[in-house]
Amino acid sequence: MPDGLTLNKITSQKGIGITEAARRVADLGWTPSYVKEAMSFPTDYKISKAPRDPMKQVLRSYFPMQEEKDNRVYGALDAALRGDMFRNVEPRWIEWMKLFLAIIPFPEISAARSMATLGQLAPGDDLRTGFTMQMIDEFRHSTIQMNLKKWYMENYIDPAGFDITEKAFGKCYATTIGRQFGEAFLTGDAITASNIYLQVVAETAFTNTLFVAMPSEAARNGDYALPTVFLSVQSDESRHIGNGHSMLMSVLKEPDNHLLLERDIRYSFWQNHMIVDAAIGTIIEYGTKHRDKNKESYAELWHRWIFEDYYRTYLLPLEKYGIKIHHDDVHEAFDSIVKKNYVHKIAQFFSAGWWANFWRIEAMTERDFEWFESKYPGWYDEFGVWWENYAKLSKPGSVPITFADTGYVYPHRCWSSLVPCVIREDFTIDEVDGELFTYASEVDRWTHKEAFAAEYQGRPTPAMGRFSGRRQWEEVYDGWDLADAIQDMGFVRPDGKTLVAQPHLSFEEKDMWTLDHVRGHTIRSPLLALREMSPDQRKAHVDEYRKGFKIRRV
Amino acid sequence: MTMQETTSAAAGAKAFPGSDSRRYNYFEPKGRKATHYEDVTVDVQPDPERYLLQNWIISFGDGTPTYSKDWTALKCTDWHGFRAPDQEWERTHYQRQSTIVGMIQNVVENARRAGAPQRFDKAWVAVLQNHVGAFKHAEYGLGTALMRAQRYGYTQMINNAILTNASYKLRFAQDLTLYLAEVGSDIGGFDLDAGKAHWLDDPIWQPCREAVEHIRAATDFLEQYFAVNLVFEPLVGELFRSGFVMQVAAAQNDFSTPSVISAAEADYERNLANAVELFALLLRDPAHGEDNRTMLQSWFTHHGGLAVKAALQLQPLWSLPRVKAANFVEAFERARGRVAAIGREIGIDADLPALPPVEVGQAATPAAAAAAVTDAAAE
Repeated sequence: MPDGLTLNKITSQKGIGITEAARRVADLGWTPSYVKEAMSFPTDYKISKAPRDPMKQVLRSYFPMQEEKDNRVYGALDAALRGDMFRNVEPRWIEWMKLFLAIIPFPEISAARSMATLGQLAPGDDLRTGFTMQMIDEFRHSTIQMNLKKWYMENYIDPAGFDITEKAFGKCYATTIGRQFGEAFLTGDAITASNIYLQVVAETAFTNTLFVAMPSEAARNGDYALPTVFLSVQSDESRHIGNGHSMLMSVLKEPDNHLLLERDIRYSFWQNHMIVDAAIGTIIEYGTKHRDKNKESYAELWHRWIFEDYYRTYLLPLEKYGIKIHHDDVHEAFDSIVKKNYVHKIAQFFSAGWWANFWRIEAMTERDFEWFESKYPGWYDEFGVWWENYAKLSKPGSVPITFADTGYVYPHRCWSSLVPCVIREDFTIDEVDGELFTYASEVDRWTHKEAFAAEYQGRPTPAMGRFSGRRQWEEVYDGWDLADAIQDMGFVRPDGKTLVAQPHLSFEEKDMWTLDHVRGHTIRSPLLALREMSPDQRKAHVDEYRKGFKIRRV
Repeated sequence: MTMQETTSAAAGAKAFPGSDSRRYNYFEPKGRKATHYEDVTVDVQPDPERYLLQNWIISFGDGTPTYSKDWTALKCTDWHGFRAPDQEWERTHYQRQSTIVGMIQNVVENARRAGAPQRFDKAWVAVLQNHVGAFKHAEYGLGTALMRAQRYGYTQMINNAILTNASYKLRFAQDLTLYLAEVGSDIGGFDLDAGKAHWLDDPIWQPCREAVEHIRAATDFLEQYFAVNLVFEPLVGELFRSGFVMQVAAAQNDFSTPSVISAAEADYERNLANAVELFALLLRDPAHGEDNRTMLQSWFTHHGGLAVKAALQLQPLWSLPRVKAANFVEAFERARGRVAAIGREIGIDADLPALPPVEVGQAATPAAAAAAVTDAAAE
């Protein structure tokens, strides 16, 4: 065969180019003339310019590519079992997967649903294939993650917590935070939710910490499955980022939209920071046994992925289109991680309420202390004694640490992000529609009172969402005994008495806490208590709360 | 306490309460054991009746929650009872879609390599260009309607079935588009814009476009799902795909187009099974079955009338090929029988009257026939 001649060259047919193919596919749409489609997804934005698809996507190349990616994922899971991965995996890590994987399939499938919105709102059909692929991608992510969780349940030493996963998702005080994230993708103003919150902020900025940084930590803990699945998931995200940017460019062409864009980028960035950094920061920093001081801390990862990659190269350039970017929020978010110990305080909160979890949290040890101190100087002074207390109180029969005399003040819950108000000095309160609410920060207060309202800076915003439901878990169980609340949530093992959650990683039955061990303590809602106070009492309480606390050794 | 007491974190390394609880235990499987599809699908979309302790926590501006039962006129005692018979989840979906893409690519490449498009009958080339080219827009319209509809279902099982349906439809619309572009480039003089022009302006296609636009404009997502799979597909989609193209093409020296079209027929079998299962469940509902039947019957009257009008208006197409290998009357009779059988399966009356004798063999008077059919359906 002559040089350069291949079988493929002999047999291949001249096809149409990708540009022409994408153009032909986009020409499938038309403007209806017999009956107009009602715009069923509300938005206060005006969109007149059709978004373009710079990636020129067609489905016939998409499906084989995705199948190939799947083959690699499922092959790797088989290989991990043959390689006896679970023999060496760190239980500290896998336990946190009970929380993470209970949450994440819902935001994924919410994103799939939200493509209905963008598909209908976007003028023209150029980007329809992009939205279609994203819809199917998100369906992929949701079910592939449910499959991974099932795989952990079948192969990890302690399946309790995985076995109740979707039920637990609906009951837990922590998963509600994840639901705030997922519901925000598809409820309220369609552009706010599906384009800005989901695509422009969550996918473009925060999937890097979710789906890239976290898998790296998984691998360090002997878990090769999570990186396999999530890096495959992340490879779909670049498509979604492209969709989001194209839609954003279409939206910002209309000057009337700029005020809403400023509002929505601000709300979305801050809330993504509050939710994702709380969850993923904690899992990466506290779910690991790997304490190599050369590896990046979550704060360093955040600076790389969010500050440098996202803020500097994506958000800042939007200013040239006339969009006001709240630089101070970005800096404040970073400061909350590096100076105000946001992630550490959230981890402390998760451990304070360990009995209400459906996963185990073990105490940090000297080795962990060393690492934290090197990465976050001053860490031991603020958190060391807490974790020493936690270890001491991990034996069944001890007082649950929440109720021990440690000096810890159970936090208020932020009405906007649903994350507890752990940075005490930033705590704030306000009234909306005559009722008192608590917030983790000024931006959270603004989010509830000003952004999620029927009017924004004098402009009617009827499409904007509203916060609803029984948003505070503590309110639901106010006055309940711990044991009754745990039983009501179903966070009890099949023997009917042993808790799913444990404050340790011992697998000896004698070490495991039961309902009897936690009975006799009562859950109280800080918000209900605050509302019952007189104005003077309330002011004194808020002042005191903002001062914070000092942990005592028990 | 640490892990040092146990040397392995693998299943079975230690026995303790809950150590053998290795199945998702929060839902009732349809069969004796949960299928893989059920494990990865059921309850991922929760609701206040199933586990949402704190209810939905964001609402739309008018107070409607993230998911609402009011998004359809149909009612159900237990929306969670539905399981899609095709049991599709991501892996099976990609496997199937990818297999279809590969099958089509093989067929098209082999046909083109053999010079088959140049041997297509000239009259048939015009049918491909103008009418198969027009029909791809119908498929696309149904796909976009379903893509919208997958937002609204009250359970994950319903929404995922509609989502995969949308995926199949949108893929097939693209299959046809790219197929025509490729074989067209071999034929010479093939006008790739003609199909859309016929879709928009040719009187033959206007009732079809009208029917599709009514489906797209329906605001009830289950009306859309019903109208696509239980009305339009058997009366117009199958009529055109297998009642016309697949039966006629081979006689015009075209073996590749039926292969491309056949993928959609197989897609439809699965989507039909899913839709029949859902609507049969809704009609069996002890509390709401009768109300649901009334609603479906009214949807059938509305969309059935439009679909019959669309089908009858397509009749001249059967006269276009040089070799007349099939006729419209037989094809429509099959469609009529098919839709009636589907109706019996779920429990509605979908019997349509036979074509009035005066119209058989004539150039179609669809308005009168459609009116007769619509009246009969309304009775």
